[in-house]
Amino acid sequence: MARILLEIVTPDKVVVSEEVDIVTAPGVAGEFGVMAGHAPMVAGIKIGPLHYRVGDKEEWVAVSGGFCEVTGKKVTFLVEAAEKAYEIDVERALRAKERAEKRLQEAQAKGDRMAEARARAALQRALTRIALAERVKAGLPR
Amino acid sequence: MPNLRDIRRKIEAIKKIGQITRAMNMVAAAKLRGAQTRLEQFRPYGEKFREVISELVASRAVLPSQFPLMAVREVKTVGLVLVTADRGLCGAFNSNLIKEAEKFIAEREAQGQAVKLICVGKKGYQYFRRQAEVLESYTDVMGRVLMQDARTIARRAMRAFLDGEIDEAHVIYGYFINVVRQVPKREKLLPISVEESPEKEDKGFSGAPIYEPSPEELFDQILPMYVNTRIYAAMLETAVSEQAARMTAMDNANRACGDMVRELTLLFNKTRQASITKELMDIVGGAEAIKQG
Repeated sequence: MARILLEIVTPDKVVVSEEVDIVTAPGVAGEFGVMAGHAPMVAGIKIGPLHYRVGDKEEWVAVSGGFCEVTGKKVTFLVEAAEKAYEIDVERALRAKERAEKRLQEAQAKGDRMAEARARAALQRALTRIALAERVKAGLPR
Repeated sequence: MPNLRDIRRKIEAIKKIGQITRAMNMVAAAKLRGAQTRLEQFRPYGEKFREVISELVASRAVLPSQFPLMAVREVKTVGLVLVTADRGLCGAFNSNLIKEAEKFIAEREAQGQAVKLICVGKKGYQYFRRQAEVLESYTDVMGRVLMQDARTIARRAMRAFLDGEIDEAHVIYGYFINVVRQVPKREKLLPISVEESPEKEDKGFSGAPIYEPSPEELFDQILPMYVNTRIYAAMLETAVSEQAARMTAMDNANRACGDMVRELTLLFNKTRQASITKELMDIVGGAEAIKQG
């Protein structure tokens, strides 16, 4: 089966550059899948788990906001952060979660809408990472 | 005649300074390598961003005038994001950036515009805090350039722009050409403007791409991120240039130390020789006097 080149690029590095069978991503307008031969597309990406499959190999990546561009042979994700599931530091993610929860409470108490939105995003990122890390630990394919 | 002991002490002191500058040179070289790798790894991200935005504008899927961040208006106040290093001892690097900023301010003031600064890095802030209007300053962020910091800075600039506090924003940073050449560079940050992309790569398909969600919503999401990447890029470039400048400066200092040690050693030997000659003459003179007496 024809494959499509998947690239996940963050400001720090190219996290993934691999020919894949299918990639499923958390789009702003809903989750979507991309396979070879997909029509050109530009899509917004929100915080969440991204999944791709190469043959029998399944991978999960925690991504944060950005966008994705699909051309005939290539799909490029430009996101502010991306971590492969098995590289996630659970301890750090748990600490991030606690921090985000505290910040969220403080922001709500003060009524600071901007800070609240930021804390919510941070919490979302932490929860995605924790969920993915747990999935890897449980050894579940999906 | 110079004192022998003083000269020796001076030589020792300069040798010690030389050790320090050599160590600083090596530290800067190591840091430079790290920062340069990060800069190279960032490039694909920054380029792709610019490409997609200019494609969107070129395809007429979105109209720049719809977006507050792209709105061009009459300029009364300009914001200047000045990115300098946090630390000194890197030659003329920081003062070149400051000079460029002063030139910018002078030009704008001549046009009757007010200039407000956002200082990134301690050196710029230390210089301008008393002689210009500083909206905000971010210090101790240049040691480890973090996207998080870039985001905070970009957010501040965008807020100032959207609130009408400034009508335009520019950025001055240390552009890295190579290890021996770094120059201050000026770029317009806000309103965001894009030049149409000159060459088109073959997409394998024709026609307009699908936008999900709508091009407008997508743009609303992407534009602020684009500003983040611009600030991040400026900070990375400056950090790399700073290390390169420090490396060169410390190399020069080290060489100057070597020169001074050589000169002083020469003086030391000459002085010692002179004192020996003098002593010899005294002895010979004394012996002569005894013989005659």
